[in-house]
Amino acid sequence: MTGIWRMIGQRLLLGVLTLFIISLVIFGATELLPGDLARELLGQSATEETLAALREQLGLNEPAPVRYWNWLTGVLQGDFGVSMATQRPISELVGARLGNTLFLALYAAALSVPLSLLLGVLAALWRNSVFDRASNALALTVISFPEFFVAYILILWLAQTGLFPSMVRITGATTTGDLLYSAFLPALTLTLVVTAHMMRMTRAAIINLMASPYIEMARLKGMSPMRVVLRHAVPNALAPIINVVALNLAYLITGVVVVEVVFVYPGLGQLMIDAVTNRDIPVVQAIALIFASAYVLLNLLADVLSTVTNPRLMHRT
Amino acid sequence: MTNPTFPRGMTRRSLLKGTMAITAAGLILPAHMAPAQAEPKKGGVFRVGIGHGSTTDGYDPGLWDQLFVQTFAAARHNYLIEIAADGNLVPEIAESWDSADGATWVFRIRQGVTFHSGKTLTPDDVVASLNHHRGEASTSAVKPYFDPVTDIKVDGQNVVVTLNAPNADFPYLMSDYHLPVMPGTDGKIDPTSTDGCGGYVVESYEPGVQATLNRNPNYWKAGRAHFDQIVLLTILDPAARLNALMTSEVDTIDQVDPASISLLESRGVAKILSISGNAHYCFPMDARAAPFTDNNVRLALKYAFDRQELVDKILAGHGSVANDNPIGPANRYFFAGMEAKAYDPDKAKFHLKEAGMDKLEVALSAANAAFSGAVDAAVLMSEKAAAANITITVDRVPDDGYWDNVWMKKPFCASYWGGRPVEDQMFTTAYQSGAAWNESFWSNEAFDKLLVAARSELDDAKRREMYQEMQRLVSFDGATIIPMYNNYVMALANTVATPEKVSNNWNLDGFRCVERWWFA
Repeated sequence: MTGIWRMIGQRLLLGVLTLFIISLVIFGATELLPGDLARELLGQSATEETLAALREQLGLNEPAPVRYWNWLTGVLQGDFGVSMATQRPISELVGARLGNTLFLALYAAALSVPLSLLLGVLAALWRNSVFDRASNALALTVISFPEFFVAYILILWLAQTGLFPSMVRITGATTTGDLLYSAFLPALTLTLVVTAHMMRMTRAAIINLMASPYIEMARLKGMSPMRVVLRHAVPNALAPIINVVALNLAYLITGVVVVEVVFVYPGLGQLMIDAVTNRDIPVVQAIALIFASAYVLLNLLADVLSTVTNPRLMHRT
Repeated sequence: MTNPTFPRGMTRRSLLKGTMAITAAGLILPAHMAPAQAEPKKGGVFRVGIGHGSTTDGYDPGLWDQLFVQTFAAARHNYLIEIAADGNLVPEIAESWDSADGATWVFRIRQGVTFHSGKTLTPDDVVASLNHHRGEASTSAVKPYFDPVTDIKVDGQNVVVTLNAPNADFPYLMSDYHLPVMPGTDGKIDPTSTDGCGGYVVESYEPGVQATLNRNPNYWKAGRAHFDQIVLLTILDPAARLNALMTSEVDTIDQVDPASISLLESRGVAKILSISGNAHYCFPMDARAAPFTDNNVRLALKYAFDRQELVDKILAGHGSVANDNPIGPANRYFFAGMEAKAYDPDKAKFHLKEAGMDKLEVALSAANAAFSGAVDAAVLMSEKAAAANITITVDRVPDDGYWDNVWMKKPFCASYWGGRPVEDQMFTTAYQSGAAWNESFWSNEAFDKLLVAARSELDDAKRREMYQEMQRLVSFDGATIIPMYNNYVMALANTVATPEKVSNNWNLDGFRCVERWWFA
C-alpha cells in the first residue's frame, strides 16, 4: 500500500509544479491582452484625466514582475485578492459561481455517466446489432451539432411547450428541487454533448478485451454473455473508461460557457468571459487557475483510480 | 416624428422661469394622457431581460455606462430633475429651479423625502451627490459637466450652483443618469451604498446576473412605481432574451434583434415597442488624417451610399434616415428642413474631382461592438460606393477591445451614440474642437464660436437659428458620416401596459419603465 501513497505523493508534486508553470503562463497571457482595466471600466466615456486617476487608484502602474509576485504569494495563502473592477473579494465572487458550475457539472455527470456506461456495455454486448448501430449513430449525430444548436432545439421542443423553463434563475430562495427542475435543459444539453465520447470509449475498451484469451476461456466455461462482460471484461476495461470519464468531467467544469450563455446560467464560464472583456485580470487569473486545478486534480484522480483498479499496475510499483 | 419635444410657443425665458409651473400636473402623470387609457393598476412582479450587465457593475454612479445599471439606478434613485415622456423637464428632488443670468442656478430641494434607510433628504445630500463628480480625484464619466462649475453650496432649502459662464441648458445636465441624489455623510456619498430615495428598495443584487427590488412603501411620488417587485435580469444573448420572453420567463426585453421582429409579431405572444429617438449609428473619419483632411473627400463619401438601404436592411425599418446630423428628431432644435443627401454617385465623383482625384481607396474598420450590424452596414456602403470610383475596404476587427484599439485610433471606423436630450450636450461632447470624445477630431472655428454663443443666447428664435447653422456645419463640413437614427426596439408581454407616450430620451422609457409602466 505504501507504493500507492508514494505514487499519489509524486503525482501531487508534479501537479503543483504543473500549476506553477500554468500560473506563469496565465500571468503572461493576461499581460498580452490589449487594453487595460481602467479603459474598459470607463468605456467609451474615458478621458485621459479620468483614466490616469483610475489607473493610479487600481495600482496598474506597478511593473509586471512585482504584480506577479504579489499575486502568487497571495494565492499561496489562499487569498486571490480583490477584483479590480468591483473591489469585492475574488473568493466571494468566484465562490458562488464555482458552486453553480459544479452543480451543473455533477448534474450532467449524474445523467451522462450511467447512461453512457450502460449504452456502451450494451452496445459492446450486442455488437453490430441494430441497437449498437442506432445508439452509435444517435450519439455521434448529437455530438456533431454545435452545443448551442442542441440547446435551441431542446428549448424549441421542451421549453416553448411549457415543460421546462428556458432559463435558470438562482436566488437565495431557490431550493435544490427547483434547481434540478430549472437546470434540467442545460444538464440535458451537456449530457447529449458528452455521452458519445464516453459511450464509444466504453464500447471500444470492452470489445477490445472480448478478443483476449481469458474471455474466450470464460465463454468456453459456458458463462452467459452478460456475465462475461460484467464479471470479466468491465473490471479490466475500467482504466480507459475512468480516464475518459475524468476528461469529460473536466470538460463539464471548464468548457460549458456556450451552454451557460444560452440558458443564462450564472456559472464560472460566463464570469470568466465577463472578466476578460472587462480586463479584470485578477479574476481571470483566479478562474484560469481553478480550471487548471480541476484538470490536474481530475487527471490525478483518474491515474490513481485506474492504478487501483488494475492489480498489475499496483504490483509493479 | 419630426415634432420637437418642446411646445412650440415656449421661449427660453419661460423654460427658465416657468418650469416650476409644470409641477403638480406634469409630475404625476403626463397631462395629455387620454382619459380612455386604463388607470394604472398596482401589483405584480415586473421582470425585465436586459442585454447588458457585467460582474464589474457597481453602485458608483460615476462609472455607470449601460442599460442595466441605468435602469437599476432609475428604480432605486431619484434625480434632481426628471425628463418627462414628452421631453419636458419636470421636478423630482428639485421642486423648482431658477436662474437670473443663466450662470447662477438655484435648485429648491423638496422637503419630506426620506431615503430607504430612513434618513431625511437634505440639501447637503444633494451637494455631496454632485461633488462626487467634481474635482481632480473624481473618476466620474460626467466630470466634464462640472468643469465650468465654480461653486456648489447650500442656502437654506436651496442648492446654489455657480458656473463660470451662462448655460441655459444646465438643468438638463442635472437630469443625467449619472447624477442620482444619494445620502451624504461629511459631504461625501458612499459609492458602494444601495441607498436612494426612489420607488424601489434593493433586496438583492448580483452584478452581471440579476437585481431584485421591492416597492418602497414610503415613496413620496403619487401615481408612480406600480409594481410590487422588480426583477432585472442580464440576458446577453439576443436569442436567449427572445426565448425568455416567449416562454414567459420575463415580461419585457430590450434590443430586439431586427431580424426577429416580424417573427415575434407573428407569434402574437408579445408586442413590439419601437421608439424613435436621438440614438444614431455613425462612421467617424479622422479629419487630421489624409485623405479625410479634404472636405471634398468627406462629402464624396457622404454621397456614395444609400441611406434608406441601410435603414431597411440593417434596422429592418425600425429607424429613420439621418443626414449626418447628430441632433435627432427628438431634439428641440432639430433641423428637419436641411438639404437631404441622396445616393448620388455622380455628385460623389464631382467632389472627388474637386479634391483632385479620380478614384479613392479607403479602409473602414468595423466590428459589431460598435453597433449590431456594423460590419454588414460597412459592406453595403462599400458595394454602393464602387459606382462612384470609391473602393471601401472593409476591415473586420474583433469586438474585444474595440473601443480601445480601433475607435479614435483608426482613421475611419464605426461608432454609435445614444443621443443627448440637449443639443449643446451632444455638440460639446463629440464635436467641439479638442473635446475628449470628439471621435472625428473635426475642428471648425465657426462652429466652436457658435456653440459658445448659443449657450447663453436668450432669444429662442436666434438660438434655434444658431443650432440649425451648427447642424448644417456638422452635416456638410463635419467628418462624421451619420446614416441613420436607430429606434429603441423593445418587446413587451401582452400583460404589460405603458402610458400612451413613451419617452424617446434613452431606452426603456428613459430607463423609467420600472416606475411608469404597470400590468394591465
